[in-house]
Amino acid sequence: MESKNYHEDLSHIRQMMEKSSRFISLSGLSGVFAGLVALVGAIYVYYVFQREGINYFDGNRNVFNQDLVKELILIGTVILILAILSGYFFTAKKSKEKNLKVWDKTTKRLLFNFSIPLVTGGLFCLGLLYHQLFVMVAPSTLIFYGLALVNAEKYTLTDVKYLGYCEIVLGLLSFFFLGWGLIFWAVGFGVLHVVYGLVMHRKYK
Amino acid sequence: MISQLNKEFESRVRLGIMSVLMVNDWVDFTEMKNLLEITDGNLASHSSALEKSNFIEVKKEFVGKKPKTSYRVTQIGRKAFEEHLSALEKLIGK
Repeated sequence: MESKNYHEDLSHIRQMMEKSSRFISLSGLSGVFAGLVALVGAIYVYYVFQREGINYFDGNRNVFNQDLVKELILIGTVILILAILSGYFFTAKKSKEKNLKVWDKTTKRLLFNFSIPLVTGGLFCLGLLYHQLFVMVAPSTLIFYGLALVNAEKYTLTDVKYLGYCEIVLGLLSFFFLGWGLIFWAVGFGVLHVVYGLVMHRKYK
Repeated sequence: MISQLNKEFESRVRLGIMSVLMVNDWVDFTEMKNLLEITDGNLASHSSALEKSNFIEVKKEFVGKKPKTSYRVTQIGRKAFEEHLSALEKLIGK
């Protein structure tokens, strides 16, 4: 055997270890589109505020009426579902191209570990809504989402942890600028996803 | 130095089986077959060879009415594979 074979052996070993333990089909385009959906959503919310006669950028945060809060929650849910769907679409497509199954052990492991901080955060935010602590929702979602990404790092492309760190920092920052949740959301879920997605798309073409 | 390379691991399929088992706990037959992209017969013969050398253990059970075979690496197998890996790395002058 010459050394070329040894090289091939080693890369085969590495590849099999990766393939069997990490979910590697996560598509950068998923991030880009989820981010775009979030940005469009944020702009839409801004117009909803204007329609209601609220100028978001004057910094006055009057208590919103019940109907507006309900509408905002509805918009948020729709954005979340659209973002997840577009995320799923590109990742499934990439799985197919790589000839990998979308739903295997690595997917389940990734989703489970991603969900622990995320579901905790979701329920935590429901608690905040229940107590009408609306200003705390944006920082909390960003922080828990960041923690979920960092936790998922061991089960997929390790680069997601950098996105996670950014979300955590942004979330903590927004705790000190309460009332600017929409802006922080647009940056955290919109801009960061688009940037991360583009970087990933170029790196793992 | 060459003697440190384990003859048992010369085949790609066996290397693949060991690699998968090094980073996973129990892995079942179908999953292994899909990961390595090989045929049933191919996997069966190589896995039984590894089992004979005590490098992997095999568990057979029934899920409902279907038989299910799963594999896991043994301590001996883990050690042998790690030695094989470092021998490989030395050979390519790492």
